[in-house]
Amino acid sequence: MSQSNVTIVATDAFVLSDGERREIAHEIGHYPDPRAASIEALKIVQKHRGWVPDGAIAPVAAMLGISPADLEGVATFYSLIFRHPVGRHVVKVCDSISCHLTGYEELRDAFVAELGVRLGETTRDGRFTLLPICCLGACDRGACVMIDDDLHGPVDPARLKQLLEPYA
Amino acid sequence: MSLRSAADPTYVRPLTRLIDRAAGPLDLAGYEAEGGYLSLRKVVGEMAPMDVQNVVKASNLRGRGGAGFPTGVKWNLVPMGPDAGAKYLVCNADEMEPGTFKDRLLMEQAPHQLVEAVMIAGYAIQATAGYIFLRGEYVVAEKRLREAIEAARAKGYVGANVLGSPWSFDIHVHTGAGRYICGEETALMNSLEGRRATPRAKPPFPQIAGVWGRPTIINNVETLSSLPHIIANGADWFKGLSGGRSPDGGTKMYGCSGRAAKPGCWELPIGTTARELLEVHAGGMKDGRKLKAWLPGGGSTDFLLPEHLDLAMDYETIQKAGSRLGTGMITVVADNQSIVSAVRNLEEFFARESCGWCTPCRDGLPWSVKILRSLEAGRGRADDLDMLSNLTRWLGPGKTFCLHAPGAMEPLQSALKYFRAEFEAGLAQPAAAPVAAS
Repeated sequence: MSQSNVTIVATDAFVLSDGERREIAHEIGHYPDPRAASIEALKIVQKHRGWVPDGAIAPVAAMLGISPADLEGVATFYSLIFRHPVGRHVVKVCDSISCHLTGYEELRDAFVAELGVRLGETTRDGRFTLLPICCLGACDRGACVMIDDDLHGPVDPARLKQLLEPYA
Repeated sequence: MSLRSAADPTYVRPLTRLIDRAAGPLDLAGYEAEGGYLSLRKVVGEMAPMDVQNVVKASNLRGRGGAGFPTGVKWNLVPMGPDAGAKYLVCNADEMEPGTFKDRLLMEQAPHQLVEAVMIAGYAIQATAGYIFLRGEYVVAEKRLREAIEAARAKGYVGANVLGSPWSFDIHVHTGAGRYICGEETALMNSLEGRRATPRAKPPFPQIAGVWGRPTIINNVETLSSLPHIIANGADWFKGLSGGRSPDGGTKMYGCSGRAAKPGCWELPIGTTARELLEVHAGGMKDGRKLKAWLPGGGSTDFLLPEHLDLAMDYETIQKAGSRLGTGMITVVADNQSIVSAVRNLEEFFARESCGWCTPCRDGLPWSVKILRSLEAGRGRADDLDMLSNLTRWLGPGKTFCLHAPGAMEPLQSALKYFRAEFEAGLAQPAAAPVAAS
């Protein structure tokens, strides 16, 4: 994958907000071992900032009682923890077998043409990031996509402009 | 207001009888009006944990996540008694098997049924806490499950001293952040512990040493959702639901997707034929095409042919035909679609989703993709088919910690068996073939 078009933000001065700390502490309370909240904690940071900057790793690891390297290993394993900035909206195109059989490749190509980016990239205006995703569990609606928290399908490749319009 | 259960007066589709997609899920009061939480009241008030285990064992309920292991037998392996210490119940709601969309329906449309079911399972093994391991993309299911748990907690069904009994048990929703491998139960445990989702060696089995080293039961959403009904109606009633179609008990959430006219998901007696799924419920193939091949239960099951459509969709029958029931959600390929491309799509999926822990899986899957891509482009080498056959063995059972790679080889080996000519057609013409590799 080529570099994202979005400028990488400097992360030296990272400080977890009180809200983030509160939410992470709440998740930690659900488990006998604080580190079990690792993924939830990273998702909390991502919910507030859109992605997980490098600077977030050490303070979150400290809350979980594990080393930053250990948490980095977790953060880089999961495909939906974003370690680069993403667009304001994330488009996830299902590429699994049922969608493959109902037009995934045509739909993917239409998104690539419409947005002018390849899978894994973000549009120059920072509006959309285009990603492939595992079977979305909506195979009766293939070929399907998820935009932010919204599921769409079946999607007509000829009508992507209308589909994307509400996502400013 | 009329009861939703009136639509199923003979109680033949227990899991979906209260589902009305247009109206949305029942709230707590609506669920209680339909008899909801009476099974939890019954187990906590009248039954010993072992009684619950025995009823479920007698019902012959088998794991609906794909492996088909008898649920009661699994539970029986958990240490019981006052000195057993902390134990956990985990609901595997990480539905990501390609072609599978049944647990989403049960969680979005019947969240209280799952909450009651998790409580019953937790009571049966006397667990300390329950976790619903939910894939992160299921945002509607997450919201509805959290609301259902909160409402049930406020009514004393969940939490400290359940229904006034000495037993305390809370349910937490744990959401994931991608990666198919999290659905593999030992990888799921590592993920639940906040680690990379690499599998663990078995033994020890989770029932003995699972999350945080403690005895753990991991059951699929659909498996659990049967429990309130088994408790309410008994083991014999549950076994009778198959109506003689199968020695297995109960109903099954079946589905059909791919090149079907009306793809969908339906609760039917276990042992229903694939022909009924495709021709009756899914309205046949789309655009009047002919069926070429089908996957019986997800991307990690062997392809079957039109001649197999009349087989009962149960664990043993599909296994005898050389495949696996898996999730029971069939995916159909039309006669004008390429099997080589379909298999390439499947292997790309498995290659990307490999956790990278075992060498055969990490390196073998991309290798298969490379060969399949070259065959797809008509540039295959003379020895490519032999190499694909070798890979189905090198990545087969026993070579890796978990079943990710062996599962990935199932559609490949069956496609090679049934559609060899299509693979051969992807070989480069002799004149263009490179000289023998050194």
